[in-house]
Amino acid sequence: MDANVINPFIHATSNVLETMAFVSCQAGTPYLKRDDRATGDVTGIIGLTGETNGTIAVTFDEGSILRVVSNMFGEEITELSHEVSDAVGEIINMISGQARREMEEHGRIFHSSIPSVVSGRGHAITHYSDGPKIAIPFTTDGGGFTIEVCLEY
Amino acid sequence: MSTSLKILVVDDFATMRRIMKNILKQLGYTNITEADDGTTALEELKRGSFDLIISDWNMPKMTGLDLLKVVRSDPDYKDIPFLMVTAEAQKQNVIEAVQAGVSNYVVKPFTAEAIADKLGKIIG
Repeated sequence: MDANVINPFIHATSNVLETMAFVSCQAGTPYLKRDDRATGDVTGIIGLTGETNGTIAVTFDEGSILRVVSNMFGEEITELSHEVSDAVGEIINMISGQARREMEEHGRIFHSSIPSVVSGRGHAITHYSDGPKIAIPFTTDGGGFTIEVCLEY
Repeated sequence: MSTSLKILVVDDFATMRRIMKNILKQLGYTNITEADDGTTALEELKRGSFDLIISDWNMPKMTGLDLLKVVRSDPDYKDIPFLMVTAEAQKQNVIEAVQAGVSNYVVKPFTAEAIADKLGKIIG
């Protein structure tokens, strides 16, 4: 999978979190993920169809998502809850939308499904395609999170 | 800009309704009603007159675009300014919304300044 596939998701993630939550994040080195175990405590996942099919996911450490959601809401959120899960669904929705806009500029059209959210330590992330799972770790002041991109290329 | 406007905020994600309400309150708008999709928005429209609708696009049961089409075809609601707020900004989406009579369009993620700017253009 080349950088042209990964970069829109990196750009979108940084922009969504900086714009909606005023959180700066730094992308680490992408790697090929071999298992289904989530590295984070709460995960948003969304399906993509179009030029090819697949899923993208974002999985947050508790510390990072509490910082993000607290900033989004303008009030301190101290524990994982239904409202945090709802926010993660909206975050992956926005990441998907922004990344698809960037890809459309290069003539690559994708559509997305309604997102779903899974939480709990050590939960599984199920990607609905057989493509390689590319993970991109990010760091923030509040903790880490990881984007997973799995497309049938 | 009048802050007494009655505003209907439509989004299936409570998070986005909360963020939008916070921004609207920062801008001085406090008369806000929420709906979690197009069908519940129509129920709210029947209950009372609104000065502005701010709606998401992708929602279960009835999308924002379908809600817009119903609003524009109903003589009681057709003149209500309609701001679409959505992650969908691919060219075809914009064309569809314009053809359906959207007043303006905000793409997620957005800032409070972007919402203020769009409201200024819609309701002056």
